[in-house]
Amino acid sequence: MIKIKDISKSFSDKQVLAGISGELEKGKTNLIIGSSGTGKSVLLKCIVGLIQPDTGSVFFDLRNFTEADKEMKSDIRREIGMLFQGGALFDSKNVQENVMFPLDILTKMSPAEKIERVNFCLKRVGLEGVNKKMPSEISGGMKKRVGIARAIVNNPNYLFCDEPNSGLDPQTSILIDELIMEITHEFDITTVVVTHDMNSVLGIGEKIMFLYKGNKLWEGSNNDLIHSGVKELDDFVFTNKVMRSLKDKA
Amino acid sequence: MLVSTFMGAVTTLQTGANLVSPFVPRFIISNVVREMTILELAPTIMAVIYAGKVGSSMAGGLGTMRITEQIDALEVMGINAASYLVLPKIVASILMYPLLVIVAAVCALMGGYLVGTLTGLLTPTEYVYGIRYAFNPYFITFALIKTFVFAFLISTISSFKGYYTQGGALEVGIASTQAVTSSIIAILLADYFLAYLLI
Repeated sequence: MIKIKDISKSFSDKQVLAGISGELEKGKTNLIIGSSGTGKSVLLKCIVGLIQPDTGSVFFDLRNFTEADKEMKSDIRREIGMLFQGGALFDSKNVQENVMFPLDILTKMSPAEKIERVNFCLKRVGLEGVNKKMPSEISGGMKKRVGIARAIVNNPNYLFCDEPNSGLDPQTSILIDELIMEITHEFDITTVVVTHDMNSVLGIGEKIMFLYKGNKLWEGSNNDLIHSGVKELDDFVFTNKVMRSLKDKA
Repeated sequence: MLVSTFMGAVTTLQTGANLVSPFVPRFIISNVVREMTILELAPTIMAVIYAGKVGSSMAGGLGTMRITEQIDALEVMGINAASYLVLPKIVASILMYPLLVIVAAVCALMGGYLVGTLTGLLTPTEYVYGIRYAFNPYFITFALIKTFVFAFLISTISSFKGYYTQGGALEVGIASTQAVTSSIIAILLADYFLAYLLI
């Protein structure tokens, strides 16, 4: 479980996050949603330590990450896997080397063990036989899958996904979402997904945190969305006619 | 190799064209070529070329890694990205650039030899005698000191510009250009101060 407490962040005079608190539960896909520019990605980066928050703390299973010393931060980071928006695969390495990279750096596994683990992860994300392909030779959806494989290769306790289905067609988006949810349940990890994709919100949002202008306005599950009673959330989720009619029927 | 060979050839021709007095022996031409090549042309001109080719590549590569979140990916894994990505570039530059300059100096002297002897400006014996005449080994040490300093400056400045790129593809281009410009200015300043302090 990840607990965030009173996270604030400003860039120059602009306050991006204003005292966000909440809990991201283990074994569930926790979604951080909101329209563009509401601070979703900044919050995610504050949680994983890529951005230092102005105030507040992040606790990974009761371990204070924000105020941890270098060694403890390093230990916690070894338990983190992250899928970036564009995949963030290393251009100079092929698929196998990309997925194997965390094992090369963070473990003392033998080459045979590493290859076995890489093949298992690639098989798990539905990619077999692409080990020797370069990132430039695979599609956007495949890059995301390789990114997921790299994120889970070191058996993380926490999986972070920054807009995992941006730039993908709806069918591939759903496949990626389902994959993330399956992995979360299968490995019983804490998964945090930043998204503004409505299919993701309704499909895999076991716990949802809605951000609006840097504030947390609502928290709940996808089942509670329709009856949230929060106007800003309704405006965000039920924007198009289909979604509105769905809400009206409910 | 091409640049340095022509550099030596042109220096030989121009020195020959300016030493017209019958009281100046012909071997002085190669003597001047040697001093110019070792002291200035090989380390400094090569540094400018190195900054343009390798420096811009370092800045562009690191800048691209930054904007495509590859550096963030390293940091999330708990890896010191600066140390992992930049240190090897600095070490490789400091190790390889002096070798590059040594090769460039040899090529320049060979280029001078070819042009000098083929055009009849001076005989092979005169050229070799001039190369060996009044040789000061300290100049080699001085040239190598310059190469270490230039390699360090180019690799660190270019890496810094690339590593701290923010924005998109346009900013990567700007970072590459700034890396080359800043490196060249630093090379010229360092060149002046090293000459002032060490000669």
